[in-house]
Amino acid sequence: MEQQLYGIFLYGVFLLTMGGIYAVLTLGLNIQWGFTGLFNAGVAGFFAIGAYTTAIVTSAASERHLGGYGLPVAAGLVAAMVASAVIAWGVGRICIRLRADYLAIATLGIAEIFRLVLKNEVWATNGPRGISLIPKPFEHLPEPWNQVGMLLLVFAVVAVLYVLLERARRSPWGRVMAAIRENEAAARAAGKDVERLRIEAFVLGAALMGLGGALMAHHIKFIEPNAAEPVSATFLVWVMLVIGGAANNRGAVFGAILIWTIWSTAEILSARLPPEWAVKSAYLRIFLVGLALQIILQRFPGGIFRERRFRTAPSSSTREQPP
Amino acid sequence: MNAAAHSGSVAPPAPGRGAAPLLELEGLTRRFGGLTAVDRCSFAIEAGRITGMIGPNGAGKTTIFSMVAGALRPSAGRILFDGEDIGGVPTHRLFHRGIVRTFQIPHEFGRLTVLENLMAVPAAQPGERLWPVWLSPRAVARREREVRERAEDALRFLTLWELRDELAMHLSGGQKKLLELGRAMMTSPRLVLLDEPGAGVNPTLLARLREMILELNRERGYTFVVIEHDMDFIASLCERVIVLSQGAVLTEGPMERVRRDPRVLDAYLGGDEENEGATGTGTPAGGDASRAGTAAGRAAGEGHGGALGAGATDPGESPP
Repeated sequence: MEQQLYGIFLYGVFLLTMGGIYAVLTLGLNIQWGFTGLFNAGVAGFFAIGAYTTAIVTSAASERHLGGYGLPVAAGLVAAMVASAVIAWGVGRICIRLRADYLAIATLGIAEIFRLVLKNEVWATNGPRGISLIPKPFEHLPEPWNQVGMLLLVFAVVAVLYVLLERARRSPWGRVMAAIRENEAAARAAGKDVERLRIEAFVLGAALMGLGGALMAHHIKFIEPNAAEPVSATFLVWVMLVIGGAANNRGAVFGAILIWTIWSTAEILSARLPPEWAVKSAYLRIFLVGLALQIILQRFPGGIFRERRFRTAPSSSTREQPP
Repeated sequence: MNAAAHSGSVAPPAPGRGAAPLLELEGLTRRFGGLTAVDRCSFAIEAGRITGMIGPNGAGKTTIFSMVAGALRPSAGRILFDGEDIGGVPTHRLFHRGIVRTFQIPHEFGRLTVLENLMAVPAAQPGERLWPVWLSPRAVARREREVRERAEDALRFLTLWELRDELAMHLSGGQKKLLELGRAMMTSPRLVLLDEPGAGVNPTLLARLREMILELNRERGYTFVVIEHDMDFIASLCERVIVLSQGAVLTEGPMERVRRDPRVLDAYLGGDEENEGATGTGTPAGGDASRAGTAAGRAAGEGHGGALGAGATDPGESPP
């Protein structure tokens, strides 16, 4: 009995850690899509860049892949953010003028290119077999404190990001990004350098996606190209943001933890099914997440937490009504 | 109204009338594929005045605005603002030089509140950069207070104060038009281009809009160029009117004279004498006249206008 409870506790810690890492990714996408209206369908690409960067920078020397620098995890996290940001800047310089739907196609394609490069540049990435033995923070602590330590680290990161981004959202910076999202021509006519600001949002969002990827690599201690599959990275993060509520940081964090819980528990349930069912049921969780998306958007069209704008007078209802 | 409260610090001193023109177009041309929307257009706008721009639909009025405001690159010709060629300079740079435009179809920031719509406009907001937001929130908050006060004053002036917390997407068409004007008030513009500010605005609001434009011109020295189909509105607002037809200047001058000009009637109505009253009485027939205008203008250009259509048949030379 006690052992069972302990198992549930460990599972809960694992679940929340993963949920927190997804919250970092979702907060990144929220800057791009929620604040600024940039349709980035290549979340997985920036996730992978972050994960591989920290894997190469922090892991011990190996003949199978680039690395052996053995830097501390903190340096790996920073390097991951910088690498994602620099690449996002290059991508943004080329693609940022594209309209939303074309930007989606372009970023989706770019993310797939990244994945194929990671798969095929075996000398640097060990190809499809991936990079293992990535150091994990607090791993020298005894069980369960190593797991709890990781959870606390992830939640500290989420908390810091939340405070910074919430301040940014309420600031004139958030306002000008929302203005660009709402009407690009009018933002230009109001003297805003739309291209520069859009690139800024794109780069900042991508840096957080890189950070999320790096945290994931340290948490799992392993990274391989399929981790950057569009379904598990891009699609899931989009669902988290849309369900939680775009342009709302609280919604982004909540959506990430909610959807990850559904995704993860569905996996456990399907693993308990007889083997001949288990294979089929792997697709069931994609269906479940799709169903959750349908139901929640029917009831909450703007996501569970809607965008909140600055009001001079406190309003009695949170829902806006047309005059 | 408290418009004068701002003028001390924000409005540039209006240059004396009759000084060098603020805006000068020289042979401005814009082609879209095979269509020449603006054809060797030349005229000047004097500082401190309200100038009207009329002409049938498709005459090139909005295209000229788009080029002056930097949204479109001219195919040929020059746009001189304060003596400097600004053709092809991007919109956001021109904004900082003092050129502000409003749009024919309101371009509000829909899911921002009415107050935020105006607060988003002013330049030099340290809070529009992230480092000051995170590192020096006090300086950001100080500037934010100034911006907010200015936006609140503008909303009172525009009689949109009660709607300040409403999302802009919920405003009526006329209220959105006022908000467009409000955006111009959030800076110290030297040249304001108003594209059909009165379209879809009810007569009461229209009268108020006219008072606002006159007051902004008088008290703050804004120079306006106004595109409008409502002839009475234009007549009551502008000393001078430029008439465009088929992308070229047909004629220009005071409204009373332009109204009687047979070439203008021709451009709008195709020389139909029975409808002569339309341009005279304005609003109700104005729309119909302009709808008929494009075809009629073409007819005039093809020599149907004959001697009367001298300006139309040779658009290269702008009439005196």
